[in-house]
Amino acid sequence: MELSLVIEKFILITGIFAVSLVVAMYSTLAERKVAGYLQDRVGPNRAGWGGIFQPLADGIKMFLKEEIIPAQASKFLFIAGPSLAILTACIGSAVIPWGSNIRIGDRVVDLQVTDINVGILYIFGVVSLGVYGIMIGGWASNNKFSLMGAIRAASQNISYEIAMGLSIIAFLMVTGSLSLRTITEQQHGFWANGWFTWYAFQQPLGFLIFLVCAFAETNRTPFDLPECETELVGGYHTEYSSMKLGFYLFAEYINMFVSSAVMATLYFGGYNYPGMDWVNATLGPLWGPLIGVAVLLLKIFFFIFFFMWVRWTIPRFRYDQLMNLGWKVLIPLAIANIVLTGVWITAKHTLENSVSIF
Amino acid sequence: MNISVFYLIAFLSVFFSLMVIFAKNPVHSVIYLIITFFTFTIHYILLNAQFLAIVNFIVYMGAIMVLFLFVLMLLNLNKETEPVKSLLVKLAGVIAGMCLLVVLAGSLKAISTSAKGNPSTQEVVQNLDLGTVKYLGKVLFADFLLPFEVSSILLLSAMVGAVLLAKREKTEIS
Repeated sequence: MELSLVIEKFILITGIFAVSLVVAMYSTLAERKVAGYLQDRVGPNRAGWGGIFQPLADGIKMFLKEEIIPAQASKFLFIAGPSLAILTACIGSAVIPWGSNIRIGDRVVDLQVTDINVGILYIFGVVSLGVYGIMIGGWASNNKFSLMGAIRAASQNISYEIAMGLSIIAFLMVTGSLSLRTITEQQHGFWANGWFTWYAFQQPLGFLIFLVCAFAETNRTPFDLPECETELVGGYHTEYSSMKLGFYLFAEYINMFVSSAVMATLYFGGYNYPGMDWVNATLGPLWGPLIGVAVLLLKIFFFIFFFMWVRWTIPRFRYDQLMNLGWKVLIPLAIANIVLTGVWITAKHTLENSVSIF
Repeated sequence: MNISVFYLIAFLSVFFSLMVIFAKNPVHSVIYLIITFFTFTIHYILLNAQFLAIVNFIVYMGAIMVLFLFVLMLLNLNKETEPVKSLLVKLAGVIAGMCLLVVLAGSLKAISTSAKGNPSTQEVVQNLDLGTVKYLGKVLFADFLLPFEVSSILLLSAMVGAVLLAKREKTEIS
């Protein structure tokens, strides 16, 4: 491996890391602003112009609070919980293609950390690992309410992972590839062969199931039962204080960013947009792909806004409703989606073959 | 370099699997088991079996161990005491474990003696695409179709059995 490649990847990883942290940081402000707008009030507006320094103030406050470790708690696991939560939230973005290749002089820079051929499955693995942070932290607090929150998180994650996996199977039948780079390239442009190229228009039901499951996996309202304060005080983070609590909250926002990026990449064309060929030809091989990156970020911001919109619109489920939705609605729907996709692909294949015979 | 990575990971897997047995607290034991499975994932990657690695990661680390942890937490088995087992059970356990060790050692020895000139080991080294989804799918649906379908029926029957066991018996309200 040559040194320049290592440096290039290092810069890319640092950049993605910084962007996801900054986006997560400002999501906290955006969340409160959106909540304020939806509830007809102003939201935080004291720190800086329009409250622009509010996340910094919150961060400083979090760091300066006293760290409390409960007397009967398992100390190592108590610290490991939030660390694991934020670690798993951060590594998910490694396989997302942030833009097409950039050419600077003679050098072609790949705007993706790594293009492994099991990209989607890697994201699944990371998502399924994310629940350990909550479970270990909840158990180590040695508190009944934390434990209940942790157990809820685990059962919720497992239930919705199944529906998510099934919706992805139908998706993979259409794409025929697990690599996120290939999937994004298949959605080139916006319109081809008389239909939209973005997979949201070919798998609308699958996208809906995936969206609902993404809400459940990130523990966002209406699925935030692990931290349901009317029943469980604070849920799994009842005993946490200071920056350890901050890490849990922060991990949720990073998860939101990563799942928005995954949804934008899988179903909404990633860095593709209408008229991208013309833009690429006009602006050249450096600025053209960078516009694609900006488009991807815009899509991500839209999805983050959608997460917040739903949070302040729909109230929380009851626990049995959550389980019913997961097992009795989403899983049968996802299986029906697989069958429908299979029928559609076969019908299309037969039609095309019979046309070529004539 | 590859071989030293292998020895490091192999040491870690043996170490953490021993910790699974020696940890007093069941929840700690499960967490060590999770780390052991993680080292197995690295072993699969070293063997160029990416799909198997990621499936091991999702299924074992992401689903089955979450369920283990879930059950342990639900039953609240976090006391650091073990029930004292009778001598007979211990003896039976030792004999069964030794039998398993003999079988494993014997089969490994058989593999290592037949490895020289064995086409299957050479294929693993030469065919770099061996672990990819595409190759695995072709092999599963062409060469091993019957075992694949039979195992799917086995899984289905297990699922039906689980539903039957979990189903609440009808209680008649008079």
